[in-house]
Amino acid sequence: MNRRRIIALLVVAYLAVFLESFYNGLRRLLGVQIDLLPVLMVYASLKLGLTAFSLLAVLGGLGLDALSANPLGISVLPLFALGSLLYYNRERILGDEPFAQCVIGLIACAATPLLTLALLFAVDANPAVGWPFLWQWFALTLSGGVCTPACFRLFAWIDHTFSHPRLGDTSFRPDREIDRGRF
Amino acid sequence: MFKRPYLIALTVVLLVVVVMLNLPEPAAARVKLALGGLFLPLFGLASSSQTLSETAGNALVSRRVLLSQLEQLRRENSQLRFQLAEDQEAIRENDRLRQMLGFQKQSTRRLKPAHLVGRDPANWWRTLQIDLGSRDGAKVDLPVLANDGLVGRISAVGYFHSQVLLVGDPNCRVAALIQDKDSRENGIIAGSTPNSLDYRLVSLSYLSGKGRIQPGQTVVTSGLGGVFPKGIRIGEVVDFRSADYGLSTEARVKLAVDFNRLEEVWVLFP
Repeated sequence: MNRRRIIALLVVAYLAVFLESFYNGLRRLLGVQIDLLPVLMVYASLKLGLTAFSLLAVLGGLGLDALSANPLGISVLPLFALGSLLYYNRERILGDEPFAQCVIGLIACAATPLLTLALLFAVDANPAVGWPFLWQWFALTLSGGVCTPACFRLFAWIDHTFSHPRLGDTSFRPDREIDRGRF
Repeated sequence: MFKRPYLIALTVVLLVVVVMLNLPEPAAARVKLALGGLFLPLFGLASSSQTLSETAGNALVSRRVLLSQLEQLRRENSQLRFQLAEDQEAIRENDRLRQMLGFQKQSTRRLKPAHLVGRDPANWWRTLQIDLGSRDGAKVDLPVLANDGLVGRISAVGYFHSQVLLVGDPNCRVAALIQDKDSRENGIIAGSTPNSLDYRLVSLSYLSGKGRIQPGQTVVTSGLGGVFPKGIRIGEVVDFRSADYGLSTEARVKLAVDFNRLEEVWVLFP
């Protein structure tokens, strides 16, 4: 069950990275390309566990860097740090509540680009960051808040579609059992 | 505090990151292109579905529209032929004069078309992926153009695809020239203007403070540095200001090419 969920997660991450590179509509409209990997990381760390979020950090981060001018491997650490933080606090987070998902998505999508930029500056890369980045950062954060609950719903739907249907509840109720006597 | 599986995962992740970040540049570029190649089937699928939808759309265009377009293109073609004959005469004259003065003959270049397959998913870089790789003869540092002007240069080459660094990316510096009969100021386009939301605005720096720079002047490549040939249109001067305590002037240039609407580019081969 969990293995199938991890495969589904990695397939969605692969498609998300491809769409971030291929689809240009949002960039034309808002001047920002949204990042879906932190959103997937929230789901992976709260619902799937250590193997899932580690694989997502490594494979997703490397895939993103391969299509970008980022130094290879730079996106892995911020994703893994985010996943670790959420994984070790998952008992305290109401992961099934849409509002909590939205807030965690906002925080995740706000923190990941900042951590990545900090690492980029640390390795002497020279990214094009100025005041317009504030708008981009705001839009990225907002997109996290919107996409995270949607992501949880998507995986719930995938789970529902690809798993055996649940057996219906039995009609037997002990309190309504008629205790028949002899007559 | 941390359990053993987590420590193992942490070690593996750190190892991957340290190894990747410390790879020598050519090896890192190769690994990057190999990983990027995993997305090629999706890019291929997406572009062929786009072509299919375009073909289906073309089949619906009426004969009347096609005939009027044909007529318009015929007229444009005859005008361009006339202009070409004039230009060829000017080129021959230029060659003769260069020969008389003992200048080296200018080499002719050829253009190869390429489709744009992807853009940089990160918001802080300006790169594109095109479907022209080493099997088509693409090499690092070849200039990339669009119909409106300069796009950038190839920064990494894979077998099937290449990465193009756009003008305005901090890592793509272009030696530029303000093309005007009064002012032929040389400068360098080093990146986008940091405080503007318009991604088409780039800074043209290191202009001498004495030049007569005016908004609306055309900016072209100067040919200095050897990467970009001289005379490719970059954009237009929007405004300018004094920089470095009055020692130099910095102009803001609006790029001629709108990268967000780009679909096809030309790679300039030597």
